[in-house]
Amino acid sequence: MALTTPARPRATRTATRRRFAQAGVLVGLLIGAVFAAGPVLWMLSSSFKSNTQIFELPPRLITDTFSLDAYISIFTNPETVRFFINSYVVAGAVTILTLLVAIQAAYAFSRFEFRGKRIVNVIIVSVQAVPPITLLIPYFGLMVGLGLYNTYPGLIFTYMVFTLPYAIIMMTGYFNTLPRELDEAVRVDGAGSFTALWRVLVPISIPGIVSVGIYTFMIAWNEFLFALTLTRTIDMRTVPIGIQLLMGQHSYEWNQIMAMSILGSIPVLVLFLFFQRFFISGLTAGSVKS
Amino acid sequence: MTMRTLTPPDTELIVTGRPASRRTRQLRKAGEAYVFLSPTLILLFVLMIVPIVMVIGYSFQDNVILNKSPDLVGADNYVAILTDPGFWKATGNTLFFTLTSVAAHLVLGLSFALLLNSRLIGAVPRAIFRGLYVLPWLFTVAVIAVLWRMLLAPNGIVNFLLNTNIEWLASPQLALGTVTFINIWAGYPFFMVSLLAGLQGIPSDLYEAATVDGASPVQRFWNVTVPQLRPIIVSLVLLDLIWTSQQFALIWLTTGGGPIDVTEMLSTFTYKLAFAKYDFSMASTSAVLVLAMSMIVAVLYVRHQKARD
Repeated sequence: MALTTPARPRATRTATRRRFAQAGVLVGLLIGAVFAAGPVLWMLSSSFKSNTQIFELPPRLITDTFSLDAYISIFTNPETVRFFINSYVVAGAVTILTLLVAIQAAYAFSRFEFRGKRIVNVIIVSVQAVPPITLLIPYFGLMVGLGLYNTYPGLIFTYMVFTLPYAIIMMTGYFNTLPRELDEAVRVDGAGSFTALWRVLVPISIPGIVSVGIYTFMIAWNEFLFALTLTRTIDMRTVPIGIQLLMGQHSYEWNQIMAMSILGSIPVLVLFLFFQRFFISGLTAGSVKS
Repeated sequence: MTMRTLTPPDTELIVTGRPASRRTRQLRKAGEAYVFLSPTLILLFVLMIVPIVMVIGYSFQDNVILNKSPDLVGADNYVAILTDPGFWKATGNTLFFTLTSVAAHLVLGLSFALLLNSRLIGAVPRAIFRGLYVLPWLFTVAVIAVLWRMLLAPNGIVNFLLNTNIEWLASPQLALGTVTFINIWAGYPFFMVSLLAGLQGIPSDLYEAATVDGASPVQRFWNVTVPQLRPIIVSLVLLDLIWTSQQFALIWLTTGGGPIDVTEMLSTFTYKLAFAKYDFSMASTSAVLVLAMSMIVAVLYVRHQKARD
């Protein structure tokens, strides 16, 4: 509610009422902040505690001893390090491949009129609504059949199905904001569409490409269900599965589980912090605004 | 999402001095467009169309995947699933979980967006609070699940603060409400961020006009804010219905569908049929039914978007 303030406060009553409203808004915001950020703060605090301190009564956010043991054991365990390597490899490859494919598709949508455009568009939009669980069973059969079960390519191709539709929609929206004359001019000079796209359009679309890339990376980095089902051996597992395994194996070494959770969230947190503005406008443009 | 295009200048005319016939030009354009679309179309065909056909095929057969020569059994699997009380229990749980989550996401997201948009706070506190409120959105479901398992442990901080000793995730009465609560915590920021963007896009003269007409803040909310945000709200609700009803990891990592089947969702029910009982035919049947339900919402979403364009 935009509370418009009168130009001249008529009397102290208005001022008092305003102060009350202000206090109310602040109290609301503070309660909300505890609800939103309290659990996250507790996660961070627990990752620096010993396991006995985590459940000691009364609980303390900051203890006298500040220990990095949990982080050290994550970093010195080759198994957990491997989870991170796998996640970076898979998410990185998915990001690059998705961008390559999505940029070309978005170019076709943004700059060409062709028969079947609407149908292809509807397919791409509706793909986003297909439940992962529906695809899981045939994927399992497909990946085993193609020899891609428990391999990087198996996971990478799988994730592309979930990242592509959105990447294409966001990228098309971005291309549509750029004047056609830019790339048309090159084509008039006799260059092919391919050159127009990669030499002219792509270099000026870097901001859009970066935000689509971040979104794609986040999806791949966070995915759980397919990582659980399409990999089998411990050396192929990604971070989210690693967190689950840690919980199962080390019978509740909570400080390690929390340290792993923090480390596993850092890439996404950092990306989000740097590109927040970008990301939110891109996200809302793709899904909410038309 | 309409793809707005302008008619390009006739490059043929410029290059050769002769206008190309419309037909050749269109054919070439279409051909070229499909060259650029081909990687996408191949991927979607192999990894979307083929699997959907496969899973529908599986649902009419017996002993798929594990057996080299499955038998056609017609609609038997559908009869078996639709008469399975477990399937209906999972459907009921999914409905409760989804509807409660989406309603709470909307209420919380809108409340926080309104608070953050209030003119009574300065720019700096607003930025700080916005950063804090977005936090739950930035953690993956696996992290959110283990975090809340720790917070909700019998000797954990939640029980300490409430002065209780409750097994939140193991209680038959409370487990479903508890996983729903966790999902509410995890999902409201998407609504908040989108609605905040929507609020900032409402022209202020609408509010000024309403104030001149003597509307109270409450009336301004119901008669200006809500109608202006309606299209965004409908989009968000439909998207969230699709996403929440498909939630798997959160349930799997907190309760696993238990105790017994108190928090079993359609996603975990289907998963267990396939990868715990190895009954891939039944699992496929359940998966096809889940697909049909999602598609109903998807059709509504696409129609809503079309209407907005």
